[in-house]
Amino acid sequence: MSANSDFLLQFQEFGDAENASEDSRDATTVTIEDTGSHKHHKQRKTDPVMSFDEDDDPQANNDQTELLSGQRKSAPFWTFEYYQTFFDVETHQVKERVLGSLLPWPGKNFVSLYIRNNPDLYGPFWICATLVFVIAICGNISDFLVYLGKPQYKYVPEFRKVTIAATAIYSYAWLVPLGLWGVLLWRNTKVINIVSYSFLEIVCVYGYSLAIYIPAVVLWIIPYNTVRWLSIIVALCLSGSVLVLTFWPAVRDDKPRVAIAIMVAIVAMHVLLAVGCKAYFFSTLDVEHPAPKNVVTPSKQ
Amino acid sequence: MAEVDDSRKPMFAGLSDVSISADIPVEGEINVPVGTPSQDDEYSTLDEPVKDTILRDLTAVGKKFVHVMYPKKSSALLRDWDLWGPLLLCVTLALMLQGNSVDSKEEGGPQFAEVFVIIWFGSVIITLNSKLLGGTISFFQSLCVLGYCIMPLTVAMVVCRLVLLGGSGTVSFIIRLVVVTASFSWSTFASTAFLVDSQPPNRKALVVYPVFLFYFVIGWMVLTFSPSA
Repeated sequence: MSANSDFLLQFQEFGDAENASEDSRDATTVTIEDTGSHKHHKQRKTDPVMSFDEDDDPQANNDQTELLSGQRKSAPFWTFEYYQTFFDVETHQVKERVLGSLLPWPGKNFVSLYIRNNPDLYGPFWICATLVFVIAICGNISDFLVYLGKPQYKYVPEFRKVTIAATAIYSYAWLVPLGLWGVLLWRNTKVINIVSYSFLEIVCVYGYSLAIYIPAVVLWIIPYNTVRWLSIIVALCLSGSVLVLTFWPAVRDDKPRVAIAIMVAIVAMHVLLAVGCKAYFFSTLDVEHPAPKNVVTPSKQ
Repeated sequence: MAEVDDSRKPMFAGLSDVSISADIPVEGEINVPVGTPSQDDEYSTLDEPVKDTILRDLTAVGKKFVHVMYPKKSSALLRDWDLWGPLLLCVTLALMLQGNSVDSKEEGGPQFAEVFVIIWFGSVIITLNSKLLGGTISFFQSLCVLGYCIMPLTVAMVVCRLVLLGGSGTVSFIIRLVVVTASFSWSTFASTAFLVDSQPPNRKALVVYPVFLFYFVIGWMVLTFSPSA
């Protein structure tokens, strides 16, 4: 029986061997059981000769798996080809990943469904760059619209805001995944988890989850409080649920307190980023009456 | 000695003809079969008047400007790349975009260094992106194309400055908006026409989008320029 289950595991690994890497071999096993198991069963039935060979030769199978998994990123890290493996995506794949992050569905894990052992750096980098410029531009526009018609106001394109926005967003998109990956790695030594993510996959999830903020930030130009808070809440729910749905399988086998603490920390950092950006860049609302005795709206949220 | 020479004649036939004498200077006598034409060329550019040298480079730059104005799928821009044109355009644009001086209280617009850094750093990042996605264009060719295609935006900047001389109300804003939008689309279209052929087929949109973002940001800086009172 154990030989049979070993054979099952080995055969499935060979089927996905070209995508397997050290960290996420376990994740590969989980996804195959969920989605593609019928396909592999069919393969097994129609290819009895080949399966017999693999049963005979587990060592050769392991060697081949090692070889194929090593082929993916075999270039040393100081060559250009190494970094090219992180940009191995096509247009439709990027589109699917962005749409998948905008519309999360319970039960569909973003990593297993869209990333599938091919994490890319294109999406996170350019989504962050777009978000930085959109925040700076829309912050300027919203200030301009608020002060429209006031003769004493001279429009100044505040260039410093771009630098601050860039620092904030890029550190969120790269340092928080680093910390989360470290925490998950530490918990993995204490509790055996079935699902574990590599650092690049975590960066991918965080990068693509920021995509929902781009339309939300554009909506923040409208200088009405209700519209702004509505859009921020919707954006937070969508992107927060992407993160929660992705990381819950990785922590649910842990002690309940630790699991809850990690999830709360993830959501809290996300909320902090959104509210912080809104507070810093879109801080002026309708300043209607500049009379000193009756300040209508607070100038900073 | 003669026997040694005879036995070696087929291999070192030319060597035996060289007479080692103190009168013959070394550089004139050695026959290098390949390098002579280029040596003649380089020698002649040292001889020609400076005006010819400068005019040759200026014509090359000017021809590339014309290629940007009427973008066709020609490879002249890519083949003979140079960075003079981009440098000229970048310095002109940065000088015109320079905001208030340091001693004014307002934060001001972008300073010269900021515009310069954005243009060059942005071009480098876009080039790296296209090479990482598997593009076959070389690094400096891509920098050359991106730099030359800033020209419509520089022209738009000049037009905006002239329009702002007439006033800064709503009408002038609408005129500036139309001009900047037209020139930004022209820039993107021109650079796409040059760059897109060297990219793998399924990733063309992935390469074009950063170029779009780059010219959008520069266009935004041109549009929101307000002169210091």
